[in-house]
Amino acid sequence: MRILMSNQYRTSNSKGLVNKEKIINFTFNGDSYQGYEGDTLASALIANGIHLVGRSFKYHRPRGFLGAGVEEPNAMVQLHEGDRSEPNIMATEVELVEGLKAKSQNCWPSVKFDIGEINNILNRFFPAGFYYKTFMWPKSFWFKVYEPFIRKAAGMGVAPLSPDPDRYEHNYEHCDVLVVGSGPSGLSSALAAAKNGARVILAEDKAHFGGSLLNDDVTIGNMSGREWASDVISQLKNMPNVVVKSRSQVFGYYDHNMTVMFERVSDHLENSSKYTPRQRLHYIRAGEVIVSTGSIERPISFGNNDRPGIFLASAAREYMKVYETLVGKKPIIFTNNDSAYATALEFIKNDIKPIIVDTRDNSDGQLVKEVQEQGINIRFNSGIANTKGHLKIKSATIGTLDNQKENFISLAEVDCDCICMSGGWTPTVHLSSQAGNKLKFNEDIDAFVPDKKRQKETAVGSANGAFTLNQSLAEGFQVGFELSNKFTSNDIKTDTPISNEPDQKPHEKLWCMPLPNGQKPKRFIDFQNDVAVSDVELALREGFRSIEHVKRYTTLGMAGDQGKTSNLNGLQYVSNIEKKIVPEVGHTTFRPPYTPVTIGTIVGREVGNHYLPTRKSPVHTWHEENNAVFVAAGLWVRPRYYPRGTETMNDAVNREAANVRKNVGICDVTTLGKIDIKGPDAPEFLNRVYTNAWLKLPVGKARYGVMLREDGMVFDDGTTSRLSENHFHMTTTTAQAANVLSHLEYYLQVVWPDLDVNVLSTTEQWAGVAVAGPKSRELLSKLFPDVDLSNEGLPFMGLVDTKLGDIPARIYRISFSGELAFEVNVESNYGLHLWKKIMDVGSELGVQPYGTEALSTLRIEMGHVAGPELDGRNIPYDVGLNGMVSQKKDFIGKRSLSKEAFVSEDRQTIVGLVPVDKKSKIPEGSHLVADDKAPTPIPKLGHVSSSCWSVEYNNPFSIAIIKDGKKQIGKQLIAVSPLKDISIPVEVVSSHYVDPKGERVRS
Amino acid sequence: MLEIKCPYCGKRSQNEFSYGGDGTIKRPALGEEISTKDWDDFVYFRDNPRGKHTELWQHVSGCRQWFKASRDTATHEIFSTCKMNEDFNE
Ligand SMILES: [Zn+2]
Repeated sequence: MRILMSNQYRTSNSKGLVNKEKIINFTFNGDSYQGYEGDTLASALIANGIHLVGRSFKYHRPRGFLGAGVEEPNAMVQLHEGDRSEPNIMATEVELVEGLKAKSQNCWPSVKFDIGEINNILNRFFPAGFYYKTFMWPKSFWFKVYEPFIRKAAGMGVAPLSPDPDRYEHNYEHCDVLVVGSGPSGLSSALAAAKNGARVILAEDKAHFGGSLLNDDVTIGNMSGREWASDVISQLKNMPNVVVKSRSQVFGYYDHNMTVMFERVSDHLENSSKYTPRQRLHYIRAGEVIVSTGSIERPISFGNNDRPGIFLASAAREYMKVYETLVGKKPIIFTNNDSAYATALEFIKNDIKPIIVDTRDNSDGQLVKEVQEQGINIRFNSGIANTKGHLKIKSATIGTLDNQKENFISLAEVDCDCICMSGGWTPTVHLSSQAGNKLKFNEDIDAFVPDKKRQKETAVGSANGAFTLNQSLAEGFQVGFELSNKFTSNDIKTDTPISNEPDQKPHEKLWCMPLPNGQKPKRFIDFQNDVAVSDVELALREGFRSIEHVKRYTTLGMAGDQGKTSNLNGLQYVSNIEKKIVPEVGHTTFRPPYTPVTIGTIVGREVGNHYLPTRKSPVHTWHEENNAVFVAAGLWVRPRYYPRGTETMNDAVNREAANVRKNVGICDVTTLGKIDIKGPDAPEFLNRVYTNAWLKLPVGKARYGVMLREDGMVFDDGTTSRLSENHFHMTTTTAQAANVLSHLEYYLQVVWPDLDVNVLSTTEQWAGVAVAGPKSRELLSKLFPDVDLSNEGLPFMGLVDTKLGDIPARIYRISFSGELAFEVNVESNYGLHLWKKIMDVGSELGVQPYGTEALSTLRIEMGHVAGPELDGRNIPYDVGLNGMVSQKKDFIGKRSLSKEAFVSEDRQTIVGLVPVDKKSKIPEGSHLVADDKAPTPIPKLGHVSSSCWSVEYNNPFSIAIIKDGKKQIGKQLIAVSPLKDISIPVEVVSSHYVDPKGERVRS
Repeated sequence: MLEIKCPYCGKRSQNEFSYGGDGTIKRPALGEEISTKDWDDFVYFRDNPRGKHTELWQHVSGCRQWFKASRDTATHEIFSTCKMNEDFNE
């Protein structure tokens, strides 16, 4: 590792915003460098004379910096190492922080010698549409040949494989006026709105407020632009109705004035505390949005205009004025307008005399005159034809243009170490366009500006095409005041201060230089995606006309930078060739995000255990202490089984299920959905909701119910009890609890508002314990000695209110396992107490807890349907519930049941399956066929919905739903699982495998 | 994310609501004799208009009330919302 200490490219006279007292150490491609506090990675590298930072996407051409901010298309780096490693970061957006490690990407083995550069030499084989043309055929080549090749060749950075160790947050904000961008128009609109009393949020992407005021030599009032900016910011920061955010990019504008902003909270801090988020996502619902996002300078297309050392003129000026960094010491300024002369003057201020090449015939703008007064000869009516310098620009070929400006008439090579180009300015209309604003073309500035708005969004300043400071300030103060007046009654208007700036003459409508005679250097339009003028020509030659098609065919503007510097030049070129004006060509659509956003920020805190809420039963701690293996059931965490010693899952499940069949087991059923239903029309309501009859259910009795959707499919099932005349307690499956509640509310509020019924979820209010098995009555008798639990005292489907000590408790005589069983409910807070009591008194009876697996085994053996059978595709007949369907009354979904297909004789029905060898387990989801050797497609008879190991018969058993099921009983079929590549001969039996007469539950 | 005015609670973000489909559909009365075609129209067929659409929403993460909204399906503009037993105030 070399240690390089230089900073030899610092300005001598520009006064910027870096702190030369504080040195920051960092590495780039393994070499150590030093920069200053306040530098970006880009400015620090440039100050150390480093311009070669990466390789281009398609041709692997050496690339340096073009811009100084979000517009940067080239300088993408990989930041940090290990699990914090992050690809595709714009070096211009990274604030320098001690110990920062960055490296180039898209190059191998190194940025200076890159194998992929052969693509550049072979570039005639990589024209526009290359991927489409080459990787079409044969189809079988896609996975093995084409895709790996494209991925390798096109690979940008590398994503880390380990979890992101940093913390990200989300925040919701509301304000009256959101101001995006803190240039002159943003500051003035924020100040005007805030002084009028509106709640204002001002967001600035950069570390410093002020936008163009940091780079332009202007005065506002009696202050410099930069002083005025910091004065306004300090005023705003002291106002209680204002939130001022730097390092915050508003990147998305969605419906109903919902904007999304990400804030770099601690990326720039050397140390931050553990709980400080790295980045924060703000959802801002704004009453009005003021888009003061400024403008981005346009490049000019000329031969080899992509070499390291070729900058936007405004970026070169920003490097000098903000970062005290020189992009070169032998500059050429190449422009079609006046604004680049400010960059020339800044060089001159630092005792560097630039060569100036201007495509125009002349200009007598104030900045031009000031440059001329410095004795500098301006080469008007000239352009750059080509450049040289492999890893860094060394020279430029400058030529005089003919009268039509379509050819060079004389060419001369001039040494240089940088070119600062300016093709004028493009308003940053992305947010307005995202908001649905129909843009219009402004021919004075040759760019699109916001026009007809769809949302409450107003562009001001140069984002609105107002390119002078006077206009920007006037618009800002006016719009800020007017919009804030919608939210306050103060009517306080702030005067626009007097400002002073150099006047500028019109630009020339020329953005693409002719080719030098006999040469065909690439003239790039889109730097990030390597799209050159010749690619656009090719696309048009091949018949692409729509700008959206040209975009996709050439990939112009489709890279991560979304064409911030390339879109308009591409459009302009298409319109030149097509001899149309730009507005006829139209523009492509702007979509969020405006700049790349980390996945971590989008995800926020919703990772790991925070991804979803976790619901735990009050008995959860006991389950944990007793070695439960848990399973997710929706949001709930339920015990799946409780292994002992070296038991496998199968061992444990079989033991737990068998213990219920011969002794007694207990299961935590707290998760079942519970809905309290009250009102004089409650019986009538249940009668409409369920397929069976409910009007005559006696108080103190429970009944099993099935509910359908209107399309006749089974929606849910459960046991509902009548607690008093007008009071019912409904239970639902764990999975459908929330949906059933919404379903009930829908019918009560929307369909039958005349019914006087209230429904309320009480799932969380009750803890439930199922006590199942032949010894369950004996167990509960010990716990409730005063309650008559006999068949006479508490018959099947009865319930009784009682007390466990002082605690109110309710005992239901219901069964899911098919055994003699009870369910005890107490208030949730006593759930753990109840559970422990049962375990206590049941120990001498051999009580054991059983989890969801044993619960499944028990219900599958009995042929009771559950989620896998009630999958929304079966009517009651299909799952053996036809006996539950009342013929006398109407109910939700009944009309569907009489449709032709639903009364068909050979409909699918539920059956049981036993493997012929009594050993092979049948995978759930297997298909059932008559002959697995038949020619494909083999007719499918049905599928296996649930499988278990029958503890009653000690062999595998499954439930299946098959065509004409009743007629298949006794036959032999094949269960085929193509996933597991197995075929199992099975015998079709009744789904009621154990206790088909249902005697045990009534015992 | 839309901003929807619950007639009971006021303006809230869309993530508190769930969409309930076409608000003009009337369920056939219980016990009503109805042809299969009319029943299928009720169960399965919905218009998919571009433009103004009367629809149902439920404030699931709030007051749990169902209500009506008049929304432009192309622009997402919500012209009005009202309780189930009210008419739009337009
Ligand atoms: Zn509400």
